[in-house]
Amino acid sequence: MAKDVKPRVKVPKSAAVGEVITLKTLISHPMESGQRKNADGSLIPRSIINRFTCELNGVMVIDVTLEPAVSTNPYIEFEARVDAAGDFKFTWYDDDGSVYEDVKPIVIA
Amino acid sequence: MKLRTSALATATALGLALTGMAWAEPVEDTLTIETDDGQITMVTTAPAPAHLSDVMDTIYSGWHFRDAETRAMQMDDFDNPGMVFVDRGLDAWNAALGKNGESCAGCHQSPESMAGLRAVVPRVDEKTGKLMLMEDYINSCVTERMGLEAWGMTSKSMKDMLALISFQSRGMTVNVATDGAAAPYWEKGREIYYTRYGQLELACANCHEDNYGNYIRSDHLSQGQINGFPVYRLKNAGILSAQQRLIGCVRDTRAETFKAGSDELKALELYVASRGNGLSVEGVSVRN
Repeated sequence: MAKDVKPRVKVPKSAAVGEVITLKTLISHPMESGQRKNADGSLIPRSIINRFTCELNGVMVIDVTLEPAVSTNPYIEFEARVDAAGDFKFTWYDDDGSVYEDVKPIVIA
Repeated sequence: MKLRTSALATATALGLALTGMAWAEPVEDTLTIETDDGQITMVTTAPAPAHLSDVMDTIYSGWHFRDAETRAMQMDDFDNPGMVFVDRGLDAWNAALGKNGESCAGCHQSPESMAGLRAVVPRVDEKTGKLMLMEDYINSCVTERMGLEAWGMTSKSMKDMLALISFQSRGMTVNVATDGAAAPYWEKGREIYYTRYGQLELACANCHEDNYGNYIRSDHLSQGQINGFPVYRLKNAGILSAQQRLIGCVRDTRAETFKAGSDELKALELYVASRGNGLSVEGVSVRN
């Protein structure tokens, strides 16, 4: 597991049925591209988050493939339509096999 | 002939326009931050403290000198990447780091107990009579109470903790003491501020007092206020402490720099902080 990885997400507490809400996510991660060399001239191995997904009650909202050009601490903002109360599940997949998760509930107002 | 005149007129107008662009006033804007607990508004312009009455009337936070996008990042806590480091600091605060399992929380309870500290450091410690940066206070806990090796002044753990503790004082007014026991340190800092260093022979004042608002290459010179420190610096994609910023400035004059935590830079940090007395503590702010 890469060091100091910490996911943060921002989800409104409530929404009306059918409302489109904005979700913001940020995860601290070095996103080492695999292109850089260290002081000895040897390649620093690639270590990035390669996939990000968000599900609402098990239904996929967004599924993103991240590439080495994505900068450190990737920030992803997107929209989702809420038809029922439930849980947003956010998942980040690391190159090293680690999976970071966060869950945020939303209620219907 | 008529043509030539108009061409000349155009050139003159263009020349004037270009001259005008070189001077850019601090942007007029209000820093209102969306936080988890609602909005807070920062004091980012204030009347200059008395000791600056000869040189300037108004002090401006560095926030006024940055681009609209950079300013906007600081206006929402979620968009502010510095908050990641505050969160990391909080994890360290609660962790049993010490030799015998001591944690920050064990003595100090919640980090809120540190509210107000950022606004008054650097300050002279009453017991020892030494000038203390926040880093020095943290290290005295780390070595004396936790029984660990001192953290590096600019190490990750140190800066995460700086971010967490500074954040507790956000919105409070900077008010570092310049008199009493602090006076000799403050005088020393003042002397350094006005001393030219490096091959370029630049003093802090040459840029940040005489030329704030102007551009140095593509960089919009601010007054060099440190009320926003530690900052999230986009260039570094990480936290930058005031000590690192001071080192960076001295380095940019092509001088051999003082070390972080040296007597010189501690005195300078005190003096520079006192030039911002009256502004809000913004830590953790966002700068380019």
